[in-house]
Amino acid sequence: MTERENILGRIREALQTEAPLPGSHADGSSHAPAEPPTVHARDWLPLVGPTGEEQIKLFAANCADLKAEFQHLANREELKAALIKIRDTEKWQRVASHDGELARFACQTLALPTLLTDKGYDVQELEKCDAAITECDVLVAQTGGVAVTTRSAGGRALSILPPHHVVVARREQLVADLPTAFARLQQKYAPDFPSMISFITGPSRTGDIERILVLGAHGPKKLTILCVD
Amino acid sequence: MRTFVSEFKDRATAKTADLRHRQFIRTALQGYETARDRRKGAFQSWESARQAAAETKWQAINHLDEHLVSLTRKLEARGTKVHWASTAAQARDIITQILRDKKARSIIKSKAMTSEEIHLNHALEEAGFSVVESDLGEFIVQLRHETPYHIVFPSMHLQRGEIRELFQREIGDAPSDNPQDLTMVARRVMRQKFLQADVGFTGANFAIAETGMVSITENEGNSRLTSAIPKTMITLMGIEKVLPRFADLALFLPMLATAGSGQSMTCYNTMYSGPRQPGEPDGPEEWHLVLLDNRRTELLADAEQRDALHCIRCGACLNVCPIFRNVGGHTYGTTYSGPVGSVITPHLRGLQSWKHLSNASSLCGACTQACPVKIDLHHHLLQNRRNASASKPAVFERLAYRIFGVVANEPKFWTLAKKFGWLVQPLQQPIKGTMLDPAKAWTKTRDLPRMPRESFKDWWRKRPARGGSSPARS
Repeated sequence: MTERENILGRIREALQTEAPLPGSHADGSSHAPAEPPTVHARDWLPLVGPTGEEQIKLFAANCADLKAEFQHLANREELKAALIKIRDTEKWQRVASHDGELARFACQTLALPTLLTDKGYDVQELEKCDAAITECDVLVAQTGGVAVTTRSAGGRALSILPPHHVVVARREQLVADLPTAFARLQQKYAPDFPSMISFITGPSRTGDIERILVLGAHGPKKLTILCVD
Repeated sequence: MRTFVSEFKDRATAKTADLRHRQFIRTALQGYETARDRRKGAFQSWESARQAAAETKWQAINHLDEHLVSLTRKLEARGTKVHWASTAAQARDIITQILRDKKARSIIKSKAMTSEEIHLNHALEEAGFSVVESDLGEFIVQLRHETPYHIVFPSMHLQRGEIRELFQREIGDAPSDNPQDLTMVARRVMRQKFLQADVGFTGANFAIAETGMVSITENEGNSRLTSAIPKTMITLMGIEKVLPRFADLALFLPMLATAGSGQSMTCYNTMYSGPRQPGEPDGPEEWHLVLLDNRRTELLADAEQRDALHCIRCGACLNVCPIFRNVGGHTYGTTYSGPVGSVITPHLRGLQSWKHLSNASSLCGACTQACPVKIDLHHHLLQNRRNASASKPAVFERLAYRIFGVVANEPKFWTLAKKFGWLVQPLQQPIKGTMLDPAKAWTKTRDLPRMPRESFKDWWRKRPARGGSSPARS
């Protein structure tokens, strides 16, 4: 017998006795819930207002709390101006990015030497870049986070290795809450998911020394989210 | 012979007397509690969320076989190599073999309590591999040759000055004792390790049966790097980590962050469904998932305590536990400390050797209340006590209570015992708490008030009658 069969065998034997349902220890009654217990998660998670206006405000407030930079921009002209301003203040020499309509627009605006990761790249070169420009799948108002995947954001390393991660996003990518974000990812990709989906909520951080917050433990020290209407 | 219980007692005695340690831990955990309460308060209903999380885990664990089959089938279909390990030794062998096959030299690790559980680092170093922990807290305790103090905050017992000295000694670089500077030293050291590592090693927080994914929660980004750069990735996961549905994560991720560290979400929550896929630019060419039993199925067989397998390792029960706060994480001598460690360690390592952990509890129930998946922790401690004494009765204790029962049931004996007690109590004073004292375990830290010469009953009987009517007769 293989270890797989051994382990599954022990599990099946153990499960012959039923365990009481949570919260039913007293009367011993146990009926399996009719629907998945998490279907109403939206009603328990932190409240998100119904209008787009409220959601963008909440997203901005959450970003401020997380020490992520967020800008809501009315059009491509404003996006251009915002990108150029960051490039000049931080004196970027070289950036990394990937293929995608919005990412391409951003790179053309920056007009810097650009490493594209889509077709394979040298990781040492990526490490030397000043910033990574990526797109994303969703923005989550409830948490101030963004979700990226290997397919939407140029692979696994691009959004984690360079010291500054700039996300360029479209207004319609903003969703109210986490359940909506998961539903949207599932709709978009299932059953052929990208090999990595990552929810990024603020720049990399640690509190391992005396529980004092330090940004940029291993991942980006800065996270900027530019959302264009 | 040194036993686990005597070691525990010695360490606990020393640590509780260390006021600096107690104050330091208390301050750290108070900060945690404030942040956690703020996050819990933001939920529309934390209690409903807890109930749903508990029911989801119940479904997951009570159909564990089906969920594991679905998970592994989906992962394998996308090229993941799944290994099954019944014991810690098997898991170590599987991992060592993969490293040998890959001719690996350097391994970068992101935080995994399962690897502590199977003492992986030690085994790999014995086998000649170089292993580096990349999580900052784990890196610090690795440099100190220590085990993690806490399952979520491994280095929370250390002050900045101690960490500075450590970095100065081990890395030769520590510009100041500022946490910012120290973190940047670790970041620089680790960057090179990430770029050079042959193999990346991770743990897992959740797995999804429906979609075939492993989900990893972290703040630093070290796990993201571990699973992006090295050519081979190995993940070690306990078999109890599976959740049924992808959508379940929408509830579990914010709950883990809230209960674990008082955040709305941790910085990176990443779901992996395979190694690098066709058309993807990076990621490991090979991904090995090692599923670990290591006596979890024994805990599963105990229907009464099966919900202990619901644990999502958030550490909330440690943070609120009055015992943990006073004796500290290392005193337990276990991989998983605090209330949940006291519940599961006897199942994982043997009831008789670890039953003392169930007694190291005030049964206040703070742990049960803090648990985001509603594990009935303090009742499980009682059940462990019951099971321990049923399988190995304490003869003297039983005899003592039998005698007490006889004496307390017979008024004549009781009266006699009271008189005798009053007479001999002064004799006990000089030997109180010493080797000669038969009740030293109790009297060492406690004072019995002087027994009265006259009992209430005697006093009542002797008091003068009032107004002619005689008092009620007993």
